[in-house]
Amino acid sequence: MEKQYLFSANLDVKNLACWRNEQVLFADLNLSLSPKNVLFLQGENGSGKTSLLRILCGFRLPDEGEITWGDKPTSSLPEYFQNISYVGHKNGIKDELTVEENLNLMRSMATASDIKTESVLKQIGLFKRADVLARQLSAGQKRKLALARLMMTENSFWVLDEPFTSLDKATVGFFESLIKQHITRGGMLILTSHHEIDLSGLSVKHLNLSSQNYV
Amino acid sequence: MFNAWIQIFKRDLLIAFRRRSEIVHPLIFFVMVISLFPLAIGDDKVLLQKIAPAIIWVTALLATMLSLDNLFRSDFEDGSLEQMTLLKTPLSMLVTAKITAHWVITGLPLILITPLLAVLLYMPSESISMLLLTLLLGTPTLSLIGAVGIALTVGLRQGGVILSLLILPLYIPVLIFATLALQNVEQGFSAEAQLAMMLAILVLAITLSPFAIAAALKVSLN
Repeated sequence: MEKQYLFSANLDVKNLACWRNEQVLFADLNLSLSPKNVLFLQGENGSGKTSLLRILCGFRLPDEGEITWGDKPTSSLPEYFQNISYVGHKNGIKDELTVEENLNLMRSMATASDIKTESVLKQIGLFKRADVLARQLSAGQKRKLALARLMMTENSFWVLDEPFTSLDKATVGFFESLIKQHITRGGMLILTSHHEIDLSGLSVKHLNLSSQNYV
Repeated sequence: MFNAWIQIFKRDLLIAFRRRSEIVHPLIFFVMVISLFPLAIGDDKVLLQKIAPAIIWVTALLATMLSLDNLFRSDFEDGSLEQMTLLKTPLSMLVTAKITAHWVITGLPLILITPLLAVLLYMPSESISMLLLTLLLGTPTLSLIGAVGIALTVGLRQGGVILSLLILPLYIPVLIFATLALQNVEQGFSAEAQLAMMLAILVLAITLSPFAIAAALKVSLN
């Protein structure tokens, strides 16, 4: 039995609305997610997937509606935000630091996991490039390094925006198994992806933002 | 909490060390502009001596503004800033680590090289020590105030013009008190009042600006 996450609760979103350039991206959006569940966001380009994820992470304020974590509004709950591991379009790694320095920085900033940096490097296949500046990595390698953030901390809520862009098949497989492990440990995940992702055996909810038409 | 502060501080020093050209740029600007004045004015010792504090202070002010441009830009562009907002340590604490690192990298070398440039402008030695003291009290204030403006404009494509309009007026009190202190010393008066004012402005900037910077960065992320 895997070690379970200590900090976990239900996430509820009520009547959420988001406007952009005076256009409604989505409105009256309701969703709820409980531990051990995955929410797979779908929708065409510009349907507001990224905006929704950014609202959940607190980077953007919702134009209407309420987000609660364990029945408390997240706006007054700093623990909620500290428990998020977010990998967005931007990798969030420093080009001027080496691969290993980047990983150690990710770990030292939050509740660190037990896993050793060396073992993470081996698992993502960057062990031999540990002392290389992140600037010199390929796009796929940078993405791997960004996703390695998920392994460095004990955060139970993962928010992934198109996580598998420019990754090869083997790496995608590795991160899929990582996601499964995360969910069995009682974690939660919201992701968007245009790639096929194998989430078999997990309880996955689908939400299609473009099927809700607002004018 | 302090661990994260130290990590960010160390990280920024390391990054600056690996991107040396960006640190050296404001310093070269500072040295070049000041050394152009004796060339332009000619060998008029009295005039140079008289305007030396103003030259050095105005140039230091512009060099600080120039150097601040990179303060949050790379973190904003590569997504590190988003990650920083999700940490346990409040963003307002983390920005003080960034600003301290930035001041050590750009403000401190500027102060260290000032005595040489002051000699070039025929400044008397008692004025030089006062000049260094005003710079020591003044440049951190400039960095802190400037960082608020930078944080507000980091999301804009062409924030440069707005930035100068935004922060230059706020720099004026520091400039006035610093040059006034130097005038007083030259005329043989005490400069304690001006130094006390500069210290007060610095304390005010240290206590209030981190919150303004953190709030402004969150607005820029939105």
